[in-house]
Amino acid sequence: MTRLVDAIVVGGGIHGCSTALHLCLAGMKPVLIEKDYAGRHASGVNAGGVRQLARHIPEIPLSIRSMGIWERISELLDDDCSFESHGQVLVAEDAAELATCRARVAELNALGFTHEELIDGAELRRLVPAVADSCPGGVVSRRDGAANPAQTTTAFRRKAALLGATVCEGVAASNIRQRDGLWQVDVGADSFAAPVLVNAAGAWAGRIAADLGEPVPVETVAPMLMITSRVPHFIDPVVILRGRKLSFKQFANGTVLIGGGHLATPDQDRNETVLDWRGLAVSARTVFELFPVMRDATIVRAWAGIEAKTKDDLPVLGPSARHKGLYHQFGFSLHGFQLGPGAGAVMAELIVNGGTQTRIGELGIDRFHPSTS
Amino acid sequence: MFKRSDQDNRPAVKMFVDGAAIAAREGDSVAAALLASGRDIRRATAVSGAPRLPYCMMGVCFDCLVTIDGVGNRQGCLVPVTEGMQIEIQKGKREIGK
Amino acid sequence: MTTMPKRDSYDVVVIGAGPAGLAAAATTAEAGLSTLVLDENVGPGGQVWRAITSTPVVARDRLGADYWAGAELVQELRASGAEIIQQATVWSLDRHLEIAISAGGASAFVKARRVILATGALERPFPIPGWTLPGVMTAGAAQTMLKSSALVPDAPTVIAGQGPLLWLLAAQILRLGGRIDCILDTTERRNYLAALPHALGFVTSPYFTKGLAMMREVKAKVRVVSGVSELAALGDSQLASVSYVSRGRRETIPAELLLLHQGVVPNVNLAMSAGIEHRWDDRQLCWSPVLDPDGNTSVAGIAIAGDGAGIGGASVAVARGRIAARGAVEVLAPDAAAALTAENVLRTTLAQAERGRAFLDVLFRPAPQFRIPSGDTVVCRCEEVTAKDILDAVAIGATGPNQLKAYRRTGMGPCQGRLCGLTVTELMAQARGKSPEEIGYYRLRAPVKPITLAELASVPKTEADVKAVARQ
Repeated sequence: MTRLVDAIVVGGGIHGCSTALHLCLAGMKPVLIEKDYAGRHASGVNAGGVRQLARHIPEIPLSIRSMGIWERISELLDDDCSFESHGQVLVAEDAAELATCRARVAELNALGFTHEELIDGAELRRLVPAVADSCPGGVVSRRDGAANPAQTTTAFRRKAALLGATVCEGVAASNIRQRDGLWQVDVGADSFAAPVLVNAAGAWAGRIAADLGEPVPVETVAPMLMITSRVPHFIDPVVILRGRKLSFKQFANGTVLIGGGHLATPDQDRNETVLDWRGLAVSARTVFELFPVMRDATIVRAWAGIEAKTKDDLPVLGPSARHKGLYHQFGFSLHGFQLGPGAGAVMAELIVNGGTQTRIGELGIDRFHPSTS
Repeated sequence: MFKRSDQDNRPAVKMFVDGAAIAAREGDSVAAALLASGRDIRRATAVSGAPRLPYCMMGVCFDCLVTIDGVGNRQGCLVPVTEGMQIEIQKGKREIGK
Repeated sequence: MTTMPKRDSYDVVVIGAGPAGLAAAATTAEAGLSTLVLDENVGPGGQVWRAITSTPVVARDRLGADYWAGAELVQELRASGAEIIQQATVWSLDRHLEIAISAGGASAFVKARRVILATGALERPFPIPGWTLPGVMTAGAAQTMLKSSALVPDAPTVIAGQGPLLWLLAAQILRLGGRIDCILDTTERRNYLAALPHALGFVTSPYFTKGLAMMREVKAKVRVVSGVSELAALGDSQLASVSYVSRGRRETIPAELLLLHQGVVPNVNLAMSAGIEHRWDDRQLCWSPVLDPDGNTSVAGIAIAGDGAGIGGASVAVARGRIAARGAVEVLAPDAAAALTAENVLRTTLAQAERGRAFLDVLFRPAPQFRIPSGDTVVCRCEEVTAKDILDAVAIGATGPNQLKAYRRTGMGPCQGRLCGLTVTELMAQARGKSPEEIGYYRLRAPVKPITLAELASVPKTEADVKAVARQ
């Protein structure tokens, strides 16, 4: 039997869940379809960084919009998502990197963005006392922080369901088609129909877009993370590097998360990844050099989440360039977690109001299809 | 809690627990030697500080975690004793970098 | 003793040097395949033959003939030409058959053409109130101390649970002059009836006469309470007493040592982390790998032998080890396979060894209250999560063990779910009215044992570097 709903959201990552929730807040009744369970892939297993720092300029307005939601996340979700705001610090390892930082902050200031702030060695050591003495400074974004990704994604899903979204987990959306002005999707034996379809299927979204005639240069990647056993508290902000790949964060329980973008081999069809220990060893060496206190810490687990990375590292967010009622929200290219709350809010505005105050013009799918735009 | 059977004719090994000398036997694991020492060797967990002693003695439970010659979080049941070995009982989260 | 592999690749890498691993490695090495054995313990033998080459318990009758049977297999392996590395922890195995090893404070990688996993069993979690108290240990722990260090209990001691190992341990402790105050037998009465259809296989198996003799030996010296239906360890920061209910009556006995045992289950961590498919085994109440008759898994090139393939005991493990090894030889050196023990002989040996197992499985099936705890009883020892915590998480939407991690950190400590995984699966299955198969298990990931950051940082950067290090 086909059920008529207000919108069909494909993908139960933080983006799909956030969009479903914001549609509910706007009075719509969406269905959320997730082939595994909400937060199974990148949204549930990423580093949890809530970061405006070091973003591509076209996505900064969306990131700032999202930050406002993060700061009131408990009110929105009745769950604190373990969100903590101790800032994020980008560390320059030498004078040349610091010069790049200085130029970046100046560029942002000229554009009217003030969230990134250049810091000298003294302020860096005040914020991150354990950092190696050789680092001359960096950039801080003081409102940034981190949250628990699985908890957050689940909280979005739970609140969306509470407000009337139908959540289908464990069965993939299939046979996506448009008929008589309605989008129709099969979910096992059931079918849903709606005037609106949101493609928020993460690593699987590229296939959906391509099947609907809007191919996007997108690849499937699996950034690796590892975590230590509990160690005494020694660092508050999230730390990322200017040059080498590293992100570094200690949780309230004492465990330290080490990431930064070294990649595992993803296998989308098996839902699994094969870790590359030599890549993780590079991360370990970087931590070894930058945070000597960490050398004896034990690595307890390592993993990778499967997600989509576009050719220009920018997400695809906005209406389809080909089909009425189709919206894309994917390709967040390893930095989509912080954007989730804001992107869902923006998507709901696009669907309900036909537009948004948040500048997302450079994120449209038409950038890959100049002929159809 | 445990005693050595009179079957045991292995040579003695001297080791130290929080600075105090104890007599182990060659071939003992660190965890077995600690349990045989009769001393209070309870560790405090990193989560709540609850007291624990070794539970499985086969590398599974991680309740025998000790600091051995300065390296923390080692599984005492998998490491054989050596002459002069220095053992510290872990109280709470293992201090790193000291 | 070598601390690192001599080569960077082998025809066969066998992980674990218990009965299955010893038999498998000896077979493949004798057939001329380059064979590496990696084992975490100080010496070969696994758990059942623990310290077989070094035990101070030299009087043979104390540990029994079944124990000393292991010495012969160790001799066979040592003569076979296999390379054996003890105290080597395998912390990663992937579907490309690349193996990460930690030994002597450093890590190395080796490649294999075939991997035989012989990682054996571990004791089933026995989550009773107070099981984290100092003074509560597994029966296997006491047996390990007995075999490798001739240590026996000399304080007020209670042994509780069920299964063949419990009686064997009690007999061994008594023979070495140790102290046991009481044995609390938790075997359910109805199990005797349920096991009856399997009794013929059992009475014609070696378990029968040996088991009866051992129980007689123990019961002559120790008070045994049967029909125990409730059990709790009591004490404040140290075990002080054990409380139990038998035939509706509650009793409390003072104790400094409580040894728990309710059978063993496959040690699945390395196999699952390699992506090998497992299914819920409803008779043995645990996860078992999906295997073909030769022990081959769902991951090409990896076979599993021994108790890791499903609990069968030492003789079954040896037979499965030989069968898996034969399978590897047939693929890698078909000409050498002709000289091996014939396949039908191996299968007959296996069938004989498996006799009696069904009876034991049914008779010693642990009662629900000893598998599925409630209230404040700790389930996850590492992260100190109680049964109530887990049920609360289920109530707000945690659907399986992996979602539960986000709510309660269960299984995220250093033991990586080894002591809570089965409990979590069964507890969530009961709470949600689903089968354990539907609830599933933790997604396990390397490192299956923690390694230090410094050790990981010292991992060679490229394949070429790996080779350079390996050649030194």
